[in-house]
Order: sequence, then structure tokens, then C-alpha cells
Amino acid sequence: MARTVLQQADIARALTRISHEILESNRGPDNLVILGIPTRGVILARRIAETIARIEPDAAPVAVGTLDVTMYRDDLSRTRTRTPAPTHVPGSIDGKTVVLVDDVLYSGRTIRSALDALNDHGRPSAVRLAVLVDRGHRELPIRADYVGKNLPTSAAERINVHLEEIDGDEFVSIEGGGAE
Amino acid sequence: MRHLLSTKDLSREAAIEILDIAEDMADVQQREVKKLPTLRGKTVVNLFFEDSTRTRISFEAAAKRLSADVINFSAKGSSVSKGESLKDTAQTLAAIGADGVVIRHGASGAPAVLAASGWIDAGIINAGDGTHEHPTQALLDAFTIRRRLHPGASRGRDLDGVTVTIVGDILHSRVARSNVWLLSTLGASVHLVAPPTLVPVHTTAWPATIGYDLDAAIDAAPDVVMMLRIQAERMNAAFFPSSREYSRTWGLDDDRFRRLAPSSIVMHPGPMNRGLEISSAAADSAQSTVLEQVANGVSVRMAALYVLLSGEREVAR
Repeated sequence: MARTVLQQADIARALTRISHEILESNRGPDNLVILGIPTRGVILARRIAETIARIEPDAAPVAVGTLDVTMYRDDLSRTRTRTPAPTHVPGSIDGKTVVLVDDVLYSGRTIRSALDALNDHGRPSAVRLAVLVDRGHRELPIRADYVGKNLPTSAAERINVHLEEIDGDEFVSIEGGGAE
Repeated sequence: MRHLLSTKDLSREAAIEILDIAEDMADVQQREVKKLPTLRGKTVVNLFFEDSTRTRISFEAAAKRLSADVINFSAKGSSVSKGESLKDTAQTLAAIGADGVVIRHGASGAPAVLAASGWIDAGIINAGDGTHEHPTQALLDAFTIRRRLHPGASRGRDLDGVTVTIVGDILHSRVARSNVWLLSTLGASVHLVAPPTLVPVHTTAWPATIGYDLDAAIDAAPDVVMMLRIQAERMNAAFFPSSREYSRTWGLDDDRFRRLAPSSIVMHPGPMNRGLEISSAAADSAQSTVLEQVANGVSVRMAALYVLLSGEREVAR
């Protein structure tokens, strides 16, 4: 049984708030590079960049790109072969503030891979993390700076994030977990 | 995928996936840090029973850029020259703990024997076996064609409608065989041009047309002209009267090169016999992809190693 926890409007509001929070802590849109982690993080990163452009119409557009972490994962020999997605880092990230964007923060291992991948692209002055959903169960000392929604879950449950551009509809739902 | 032995049994989807992963690997080659941690802790053995410079170096670079440990083994100066069998060599490599074996062997089918034998539980990549196949060369050729035809937007593309003319020593060429299968799987139409003595006997099942006239083939304005090396070391009989006559009739000389459309590309798997199958003007022109093929070779071999060596090992037997 899937239970919807965020509707399309909730997702939009969360992303708008995150965009404001990024601007607030960065004191404006300068020096920002927003990198989405495939697949759905890329869409979210693009939307955050668009929202920032709306909030700060006079500033130069924020650099937005994608960072694929497949080649840096620590579970490559434990699962089936994963197909990597393209990486596109806009310009140099040296001395910039990089905001990593992903849909769900769970074990933290994807973000660890992303930090390693980032290391091979340059040396940002700071790295921040924005996620749409934080579902807990961290296995590494990693936390998000900007969270759309904290969703306490059990490990048996599944979080589904659907986004218009990829899935045709848009919601976040929790599925499974047995007794209900 | 467990082994890469032949392009004949490669599906269109699998081939395009390897080419797309190679695009990602090519992007990595543009970075300041060209290394990925992907195959850390894995061991790749380059098992070369035949001489090779570029293929071995290319595989070595590919494995190292994926952080794998590389052991180079060439038959010269090893126990093979003392008469060790392929089985014993394979079992030695298994005992060392090889995860991947890149094998080049003078006997057609040697990689398939290694893969099916059960002597070693490693991913096998065929880096050229006799006159049979050389799948990574065909993959890098397809990759090079795709990149030239769709610059900046080659990801996910096949080669539908592309015309490729392969010229030269088809009989001894594993590159030609691998290319015939792969390029036709990807949708290209392949035309082979060679002296009748250098055409294999059984080509009826090949997805390619065969001709003997290079001038006619060039006037048909193919998208790609691929020149093959005259393999003097495999020719123990007179297949053509003289190298000069070969060059006159089947070589891409300056005159034929001028007649090619400016958009068509000239390929050669290397090493080139300049002045024999290809003139210097053609080899060094902007239409030539010879050096691109070498650079792309590393990306494609990284992709092949990634596909074979990452992922949970299917439990053997």
C-alpha cells in the first residue's frame, strides 16, 4: 500500500524554501554551483537553479550541472553492473560553493561517492547538500544542509519519488513496511 | 556481461550501452584527474601470446585509469617459450587471483577456450585471436564513426544508414570480421573490397556485400573508408603479384583520396604501411581518424573492463 506524503504543490513549496535557504546561507547567488545527482537529483537541481533565478532576477544565472557517482560507489562488486549517467560540471568548481542535490537521503553512501567524485573535479571552498526527502537510517556521518521533508521510515519501507519530467506525474509516497 | 569474445553475439542494446559508457569514460579523459576508483582491488592480466604495442598499451592504460592492478604477460620470455600449455598458464593466473584476462593469441578461438574451460574464473576479453575477431577494435571503430557523424550528440545513437567500405586483407583480418558483425548489428551497411585472393571462402553468411573494384567503391561515396593493414606476417603464399601492384589497385593513394567526398572519413586500425595500403596524404589528412581511434581505444576498453569486471560475479558453475 503506497501512501502519498508529498503532493506536487508540496514539492514545489519545499524546493522554493530550499532555494531561499541556499541564497540566505550563501548570502546571494554568487559563486554557487548546483550539481544534481542522477537521475532525479538532476531535475531537482535544475528547478532549484530556476527558482533562484526567479528570486534574484538581476544576478547572473547560477551554474547548474550533473554529477554521476556510479564509478565512485562502494557497492559496485555487490550489485549488478550499473549503467553510468553522463557527468556535466559547468566550468571550474575551484573556490566555489557546490550544492549537491539528490531526491532521497538514506544511507549516505551515494553522497560519500559524490564527495569523492567532486574531489576529482576540483577543490570547492564548501560543499552543501540539499535533499527532497531525508528518510533516516544513515550508515555514514553525513547530514543534509537543506531538507525538503524529514520522513521517519522503517528500513522495510520504500520511498517513491516521482517527478513530472521523468515519470509523467509528481508525488512522494511511502510503500510497504508490512503491518498496516 | 561475463566475457567479451566476439562482436557476433553482441546485441544492439549491449553494443550501444558499451559505446555510451565509453562516452562517459572519454569525458573522464578530458579532466585533470583522469583516474576513476571503480576497479580498485581488481587485477587485470594482459596475456599476450602475440606481439602488440597499441592494443596492449591501450588495455594497460584503460585498466590503470580504472584503478585496477595490471600484470603484463607476454609469451616471449615466459614459461610459454618453455612449452607451458594454455591450461597451465591460465591456472597460474587463476592462482594469482586475476579478475580479468585480456588475451591475444595466434590461434582463433583461444579466448573462447579460456572462457569455457573452467580453468580460470575471470572475465575474458578477446584482444585478437588469430584471424577470428578483435571485438574492442570494432567497438572503438564504431565509437569513432559515431562521434564523427554526430559530434557532441552521439550518445544513444546507432549507425543506421551509414555506409562503410572496408578495403584490403579481409582474409587475414580479425578487425574486418569484428567490424562486419558489429557495424551491421548497429545498422550500418558494410561493403568489402579486396583482391579475390584475400577474400575468405565462406562469406555468404556475412552481412556485407563484396566487391573487387576500389575505384567503383570510392565513386559510390561511402561515409567511411576503412583501410586494413597488409599482414605480411600471416602471408605465407603469394596473394598478389607485388606490393606495387597492390598499392596501384587496392591502395588509398593520393588520387583516390582526392576523389573521396570531404565529409567521408578515412580509418585505419594501425599500424599503417604508408605508401602500400594508404598514402601519407590520406593518413595525415583531417578526414583521417587514425589517432582518434587510438585515443578512443582507451575509452572503449575502459567501458569494456567496467562492464565485465564491475557488478556481482555470477557464481560460476
